Amino acid sequence: MIKYLRSTSEVFRVLFSFWSTSIASELEYQLNLVIEIISVVANLTGSIFILSLFYSPTTNLGGWSWHASLVVLGIYTILDGYTTSFLHPNLSRIVRHVQNGTLDFVLLKPINSQLWLSFRIFSPWGIPSILSGITLVIIGFINSQANFSIKSLLLSILMVLSSFIILYSLWFLIATTSIWFVRVWNANEVLRSTLVAGRYPISAYPESLRRIFTFILPIAFLTTVPAEAILNILSYRIAFLSLILAIAFLFISKRFWMFALKFYTSASS
Amino acid sequence: MKTIAVDSLSKSYLVTEKKPGIRASLKHFVARKTSFIRAVDNISFNINEGEIVGFIGSNGAGKTTTLKMLCGLIYPSYGSVSVAGYIPKLREKSFLRKITLVMGQKQQLIWDLPPMDSLRVNAAVYGLTDREFSLRIDELASMLGLNTELSRPVRKLSLGQRMKAELLASLLHRPSVLFLDEPTLGLDINAQLRVREFLSAYNQKYGATILLTSHYMGDITSLCKRVLLIDKGKLFHDGSLSALTEQLSPCRFVQIELAEPVNDISLAKYGEIVHQEGQLVKLLIPRSELTSRITSILSNYQIKDLEVKDPPIEQLIGKLLALGSFND
Repeated sequence: MIKYLRSTSEVFRVLFSFWSTSIASELEYQLNLVIEIISVVANLTGSIFILSLFYSPTTNLGGWSWHASLVVLGIYTILDGYTTSFLHPNLSRIVRHVQNGTLDFVLLKPINSQLWLSFRIFSPWGIPSILSGITLVIIGFINSQANFSIKSLLLSILMVLSSFIILYSLWFLIATTSIWFVRVWNANEVLRSTLVAGRYPISAYPESLRRIFTFILPIAFLTTVPAEAILNILSYRIAFLSLILAIAFLFISKRFWMFALKFYTSASS
Repeated sequence: MKTIAVDSLSKSYLVTEKKPGIRASLKHFVARKTSFIRAVDNISFNINEGEIVGFIGSNGAGKTTTLKMLCGLIYPSYGSVSVAGYIPKLREKSFLRKITLVMGQKQQLIWDLPPMDSLRVNAAVYGLTDREFSLRIDELASMLGLNTELSRPVRKLSLGQRMKAELLASLLHRPSVLFLDEPTLGLDINAQLRVREFLSAYNQKYGATILLTSHYMGDITSLCKRVLLIDKGKLFHDGSLSALTEQLSPCRFVQIELAEPVNDISLAKYGEIVHQEGQLVKLLIPRSELTSRITSILSNYQIKDLEVKDPPIEQLIGKLLALGSFND
């Protein structure tokens, strides 16, 4: 137990050094910082404008009231921020590491290489999305008059975590294939645009798409399921399925990475 | 004590081939023609603790592939490797703490930040305490002659300064086995000398084992008593550098500056004339005859200057590899 705690505290120390250097890197270029801030603000304004269109009084969407689907949109925005802060900067770097052969340095460090590659960079530019996502969730939750309980809060946190893990694992699986194919940028883009489908409740889609988003691409588990947990309408069966899925995906991504490394040939010098 | 033991090590790669042109590119996209290339072919050697061994050979000879198998980055196709008692390909954490790999053409320092930030990341990864960290930085920085450079962004450092900072980052965890792949690549003479001095000092201070590849023979001659010569994946020579030169060239290189011009025929009886320009003559004289012939030259001619040395090792190795006859 003590050993476990010690290794956990070491992991936190490493993560802290990772993130403080990546923030320092961002601050190195002052003009870029200004431009980034402008782009984040512009993006947010755009999203809020689109949102205001949603507020017009119309019928509900696939059984979801407007406020309930705001929660889905909020979760989507949080995931988008998470992607900007962690998944995109880190996992697209894997491709670059493979191309340049600098993966060698990562593999020779006495640290789990998957941990390094997945969390080395923290980009602060996802934070505004995460904050506005949380705001949306709160607004949607209050206006939809759902019941609040500690139990549903815990379940919601669990479902959001499991959504983070599923999305991360999918992304990492795709990035791993760069060991063989070297350039897999496009696949990353496909994933990002598929995620956009998670903006709306899954039941808003036609039956055939709904099936694809549930069973083939687990979009339903990324946004709709956590939103249902927040709105206190999630069945335990689905919650359980989501957890199983997260654990399975994480396990597969880990095993797949180990498998891929056996084929790593390292870029020539 | 054997630190590195390599036995019948081989590595084959699957490579794709493509002819130039659009048609060939389309064909390549649909159906790739692949073939196996033997990058390393059945090599065996041992390296003892504290040795500095030079690993030489032309580009694509298989040096880097071998180094990467020794680090555990690449899985061997055949044969066994043991480094510091570990099997490298398992990449156990305790193994990784003992070794380091420095690559002259790749860098691990974060480009936009001062080296100090990258060093802090490494310290956290290797679990160094703050005290250990600052002690080691002080020590290594003074050995390398670095100080304010450590707090300047990497992109603003000269190549020499950057390489020294790279070395510092690679040695922060005080490894006992160093794999250096062209650590002096692109450096000017002063920086090269500094790096050599540093490596030699590190080796003496910590008894570290060093395997080094370089295209600068100066690195090899000044650091390595022993060299491994590899070509087309095969090991050609394992032994001292002087044995290699002797074996490669039974002659020594004599450069004479005459006081007055003479015709080359008269000097040709002393050895093979490689070059003659005005009063400057360069000769190759068999080692066994060296003393007697030089004495005779000195008594028969007015000599302004005379110098005896081994033929440049680059030339010898180039000649050898071109002939490919060393194996017999």
